[in-house]
Amino acid sequence: MEWTFTEYFALMFGLIFTQNFVLSQFLGLCPFFGVSKKRDSAVGMGLAVIFVMTLASVVTMLIYKGLFLNPSLEKYHMAEYLDIASFILVIASLVQFVEIVLKKLAPALYKSLGIFLPLITTNCAVLGVTQIKLTEFARPEYSLAQAVWLQSLYGIFGGIGFTLALYLMAGVREHLETAMIPESMKGMPIAVISGCCMALAFFGFQGFV
Amino acid sequence: MNIIVPVVIMAIIGGILGLVLAIASKKFFVKVDPRTDMVLEALPGANCGACGFAGCAAYAEAIVEKGAPIDLCAPGAGGVVAAVADIMGLSANAKEPNFAIVRCDGDGVRPRFQYAGVQTCKAATVMGLAGSFQDCPYGCLGLGSCVEVCPFGAIELNENNVAIINEDVCAGCGKCIDACPRNLIRLDPESRVIVVRCNNKDKGATANKQCNHACIACGKCVRECPFDAIHIENNLAVIDYGKCKLCGKCVKVCPKHLIVNLRAERKERREARLKDEK
Repeated sequence: MEWTFTEYFALMFGLIFTQNFVLSQFLGLCPFFGVSKKRDSAVGMGLAVIFVMTLASVVTMLIYKGLFLNPSLEKYHMAEYLDIASFILVIASLVQFVEIVLKKLAPALYKSLGIFLPLITTNCAVLGVTQIKLTEFARPEYSLAQAVWLQSLYGIFGGIGFTLALYLMAGVREHLETAMIPESMKGMPIAVISGCCMALAFFGFQGFV
Repeated sequence: MNIIVPVVIMAIIGGILGLVLAIASKKFFVKVDPRTDMVLEALPGANCGACGFAGCAAYAEAIVEKGAPIDLCAPGAGGVVAAVADIMGLSANAKEPNFAIVRCDGDGVRPRFQYAGVQTCKAATVMGLAGSFQDCPYGCLGLGSCVEVCPFGAIELNENNVAIINEDVCAGCGKCIDACPRNLIRLDPESRVIVVRCNNKDKGATANKQCNHACIACGKCVRECPFDAIHIENNLAVIDYGKCKLCGKCVKVCPKHLIVNLRAERKERREARLKDEK
């Protein structure tokens, strides 16, 4: 089953604006509030998340469709209960692997992304990416290559949406630093309120796709 | 028997991942000098940047790999230098600790109007309002830019809304110096105990109206000093620390009590603290 351009565009637009992981699905809120104090580190964290989400999407889909739904293994029904357990295992080791490789091959990149990588291991947005459209993309209509391709697109655009939300939030919070805020609202309370306002603004995209 | 195959498959996945990680960590092993971690642990970890490197980790690396001088760490004057010297096998000559000094007393400066703009000293200065919202155009603005920038939490605003340094906590990194648009903060070695705590460069009569503790350039300290170490420059008493013998005579004659002996202040504070502890 081939996808049309419209469907690809809907996937992209949906993941960045209408179905944004942070602002409308409330996944990955921990880094959203934790690493959004400066725009520099927000970009670093965002790039690391895009990277890990894409890789995790590819590997988990390979395991799910290639192994669990493999015709010869289908009779064990592993796809029904083993997905989350195995995906956590895969994502955690993947992040570890990326960290080790980056440290050796790209020390400069490691220095800017390195501190964020362990944070991503426990980022629920990454697990969410691999889970939400899992059964849809793993349907028999798609070949294995197609399923992996779609799932990796889902990972990339989900990561871009996350990065956008994180970057905007960092911009807002940099301004909050110099704003006059009532004592009891300083810090996290005003950050959560601004996050809500941003989610409301993004809610305006609802209905586009 | 259905459970056996999934368990085996999970074990295989885990095994493969573990193997890949083990191979990767061997193949992509990065040699790290163990001394780097030891030095990093010895450093205060405040990442204040006073050494000129981008944080403690960068400084530790520079010490071990590039042979950077070990006495650059301002917060760790003394103890840390000795510890690092021990790790690196070098001899330590401990530096005298520095403390930041705010050269403003601010007792009795009257605000002209309430400033409600962006609450940082630099913003107020850039707006051109800083000279107008209180009488003294040289003194501490009291908006607390230095309080925010201090990585050790050593600066507070006192009841006159003037920044004061808590010397028990101050590590002498000098970050507050850059934060103060009025150049009121200076880094002095611990032994430099006689300080002119005013920066008012206006003529005596004007200065007298601006603040209860403003230097009116009366010259009493100049005449009193037996070592010719204190002079009036731009209507402000300035101590030449090359000549000053810290005798403290100027402290006694200053009619505005703005030349202070920090040794006495420190002693008072220490006694007050002991009393608190009792």
